[in-house]
Amino acid sequence: MPEALKDTVKDQPAEAPVAPRTDGKVGKPRSLWSDAWHDLRRNPLFVVSAVLILFLVTMAAFPQLFTSADPRYADLAKHYLQKPNWGHFFSEDWFGYDIQGRSIYARVVYGARASILVAIVVTGLVTVLGTLVGMLAGYFGGWIDTILSRVTDIFFAVPFMLGAMVVLTSFTERSIWVVILSLAFLGWTQIARVARGSVLTIKQADYVMAAKALGASTSRILLRHIMPNAIAPVIVVATIALGGYISAEATLSFLGIGLAEPAVSWGVDISSGQEQLRNAAFVLIIPSVMVSITVLAFIMLGDAVRNALDPKLR
Amino acid sequence: MTIIDHTTADVPSPHGSPEDSGPLLEVRDLHVEFHTRDGVARAVNGVNYSVSSGETLAVLGESGSGKSVTAQAIMGILDMPPGRIPQGEILYRGRDMLTMSNEERRLIRGQKIAMIFQDALSSLNPVLSVGYQLGEMFRVHQGLSKKEAKAKAIELMDRVRIPAAKDRVNDYPHQFSGGMRQRIMIAMALALEPDLIIADEPTTALDVTVQAQVMDLLAELQREYNMGLILITHDLGVVADVADKIAVMYAGRIVETAPVHELYKRPAHPYTRGLLDSIPRLDQKGQELYAIKGLPPNLTRIPAGCAFNPRCPSAQDICRTDIPALLSVTERDGTELPGRGSACHFWKETIHG
Amino acid sequence: MAEPKRNDDSMDATPNVTEVETADAATVAESVAAIEAPAQRGEPILQVRNLVKHFPLTQGILFKKQVGAVKAVDGVSFDLYQGETLGIVGESGCGKSTVAKLLMTLEQATAGEVFFKGQDITRLSGRALKAVRRNIQMVFQDPYTSLNPRMTVGDIIGEPFDIHPEVAPKGDRRRKVQELLDVVGLNPEYINRYPHQFSGGQRQRIGIARGLALNPEIIICDEPVSALDVSVQAQVINLMEKLQDEFNLSYIFIAHDLSIVRHISDRVGVMYLGKIAEIGTDTQIYDHPTHPYTQALLSAVPVPDPDAREGRDRIILSGDVPSPANPPSGCRFRTRCWKAQDKCATEVPLLAIPERFKGTDGHTAHESACHFAEERDVVHAA
Repeated sequence: MPEALKDTVKDQPAEAPVAPRTDGKVGKPRSLWSDAWHDLRRNPLFVVSAVLILFLVTMAAFPQLFTSADPRYADLAKHYLQKPNWGHFFSEDWFGYDIQGRSIYARVVYGARASILVAIVVTGLVTVLGTLVGMLAGYFGGWIDTILSRVTDIFFAVPFMLGAMVVLTSFTERSIWVVILSLAFLGWTQIARVARGSVLTIKQADYVMAAKALGASTSRILLRHIMPNAIAPVIVVATIALGGYISAEATLSFLGIGLAEPAVSWGVDISSGQEQLRNAAFVLIIPSVMVSITVLAFIMLGDAVRNALDPKLR
Repeated sequence: MTIIDHTTADVPSPHGSPEDSGPLLEVRDLHVEFHTRDGVARAVNGVNYSVSSGETLAVLGESGSGKSVTAQAIMGILDMPPGRIPQGEILYRGRDMLTMSNEERRLIRGQKIAMIFQDALSSLNPVLSVGYQLGEMFRVHQGLSKKEAKAKAIELMDRVRIPAAKDRVNDYPHQFSGGMRQRIMIAMALALEPDLIIADEPTTALDVTVQAQVMDLLAELQREYNMGLILITHDLGVVADVADKIAVMYAGRIVETAPVHELYKRPAHPYTRGLLDSIPRLDQKGQELYAIKGLPPNLTRIPAGCAFNPRCPSAQDICRTDIPALLSVTERDGTELPGRGSACHFWKETIHG
Repeated sequence: MAEPKRNDDSMDATPNVTEVETADAATVAESVAAIEAPAQRGEPILQVRNLVKHFPLTQGILFKKQVGAVKAVDGVSFDLYQGETLGIVGESGCGKSTVAKLLMTLEQATAGEVFFKGQDITRLSGRALKAVRRNIQMVFQDPYTSLNPRMTVGDIIGEPFDIHPEVAPKGDRRRKVQELLDVVGLNPEYINRYPHQFSGGQRQRIGIARGLALNPEIIICDEPVSALDVSVQAQVINLMEKLQDEFNLSYIFIAHDLSIVRHISDRVGVMYLGKIAEIGTDTQIYDHPTHPYTQALLSAVPVPDPDAREGRDRIILSGDVPSPANPPSGCRFRTRCWKAQDKCATEVPLLAIPERFKGTDGHTAHESACHFAEERDVVHAA
């Protein structure tokens, strides 16, 4: 039987048409991540936002590359509220000077660091904490889920900005790390909920059952099977939330309970620019535009990532 | 060998002929393609078929054969884009639905052609009672009052033999079993007394004992209303029960047409033959199963020539280069076999050898 | 209760008898061979005794109160012998998939025992359970959800070796995975590809390769071909038969397609609402069914042959399967059975060879849980 059978059972050779989904590059491994990357690269939304973000991150990391001016150097006599010189690209007086005679261009460049640092570190913390809580609640269910979900609900019920204000006003010294920790402390709930929902679906999948049937340990199931499959929606939510943390930092600084002088941050500048709104609106507008552009870039990135990872499209 | 010409044999001229002669619905040289990341997937590549009143046409095929896409094109529920109909005609009583105005098309699709889907639970709105959903058809299309519509709904539920229809008219879809939900779907399709019903795998999700009930009901109602029925399925067994004629599809083409009894007795296409041979029998324990080798083709790269040639046990050189037309099939002595066609260069060898 | 609706043709089909005679002779010869085969089967490799699984139905959010139970499996017993295939058929909700999960200890049994080579696996945990799992593997229904989309084929088939490192030394694994790919008829070079690059039939082969990796003795197949195209089903069935011969596997083959079950099985059990209604060799069940449910089920199978179809006895059951949360008293099939009498509502029929067939050595003498068991051929054209 086996010999005669071989022909009928054996598949066609590799060059024959295989799966309906494979394209010309048969034989090449194509993971879902590489497929998503393939899609992303062709999405103009992604290209634009990625270039923008790259630019902003470089600015945050190496401000010296963009300006030689000191953002804290004040020259009241010479430059007090001098208007922008739009033609002077990348020079100290490009965006004019603020009320204390400091270069707005230099402050915008140096201010990027605070915003980007807050956004990225908060998102990182929130993603780790939220995923952990969501995964444990979703996978184990029962009383673990009951407790973790109730805790999530309690944090979720706190209005984000109000909560952040209350937490921050209780500190007298407000360094950037205090801002980061208080935002992370309040912000993880959304990711926890998304992760839990995603894990609840994934744990029903037959491949999780198959791993259990093989005798796989719980940690193996969580790390090898559940996490890689449950993480996609978390990444999408996290990317979009990134923009939110930038505006949160700016808002808190504006209200005077986030970062404060002498720290350099867009929020701080918006706050001080507000005093001169009538005679020198640019002092307020320029950092605000930076915040908007950055938030928009991250939201666009999040959108592009969602389109690429959306399982309905594959 | 003659090429079956659907345009002359049984189609009245589009204008002026009495409405009740000729086929109810005719699909002519229909092409459908989808633009995907991996290229253009040619799902339907020149399909011709027709259904008359009181007739059941079974469209048989595997996944990716284009059987459901054809039906979706008829119903106008194709996702466009990515779908596209580059050529072809869908004639309802001689008038091309692809070129008529949206309003006209909507009237035909709502009232004259109805569709039954495989998954009844997701086709019914879970937050509305079945009585309301059935009655909606009458309220919207015939302007009946709420009370009259409900009475009609109960009547319909009786028609499809839902026990205690009066008591259950206010129940919600999840309160019915799978078989009962499929009956409600049938009732909905019947509500406006359409001329044609397209049933896409209507019993695939049901258990065998319930399957038989639903198929029987469908066949009976069809006779009663003298409707045309297009039954789309992958199940050779279900087809054998109710169909008058069968069209077998492969890679977006019809590869064989035949009256139902003929097809099972003497298939004229190697694909049909392979399918029949690969099903185990219920009434005797067989030996090793015959298996068609290989896999269904990738629709973005359909093989040149006959699409079945890489899997065909009797493929010759011509099969790899020339696309076979749907040729009419005859007896050994040349006697015409009415309704039979095969898109195989070697149909003679297949049916007679 | 339900009056069976018969096909009109079956009533006056008797004149055809002479024609069918020859075909009958052939089946008789075959069935004699079939009944002799199981004689040399020895000790069962798996013994299932009174297996019960009730899923509690609860109410309330904080303080959950049990208000009932879904009796998914309610006292199932059978044996599985080395190298044989036991088919389990039944409609959705009959508990056949739950049986599979219980045998895999993916669900905790409410009561009952499953003996693998004499050891009750329902009571095992930890290391001992892991050891047993090497010997009992599973092939899943849906080839699209049973493979982790983020892992390569090599990682999927190699995972059993990661979990049971004693089976294959680390340096040897890649070769073993490629061997397995070859055994199931896939190109070994596919090792670095991902599941979504394969079609349904190919994925099912990958699933089978994973099941074979640990050299198990039993493979439980839960609807392994029902999600596949007809032309691919036969390939997979043939592959499974080939592997059974090659590796001396025992299969429990769970399916709703009665034709495929007959093809692959040596013995068949018919389940209805959590209980086995009838069990016997394939000839006993298909050619000589004695339980009315089996008869109805068989007669409802659409046969791809319109001529044979018209001569067959047809029984169309009315109504649906009752809810397993609230099954009928006595015989569970009585609400849809045309033979039901008062006795059926009060007395649960036991799964045993019916009294009247005891001692006879024909094919009717097999276990059937019906008070009024009688033979009725619904498969062959009259």
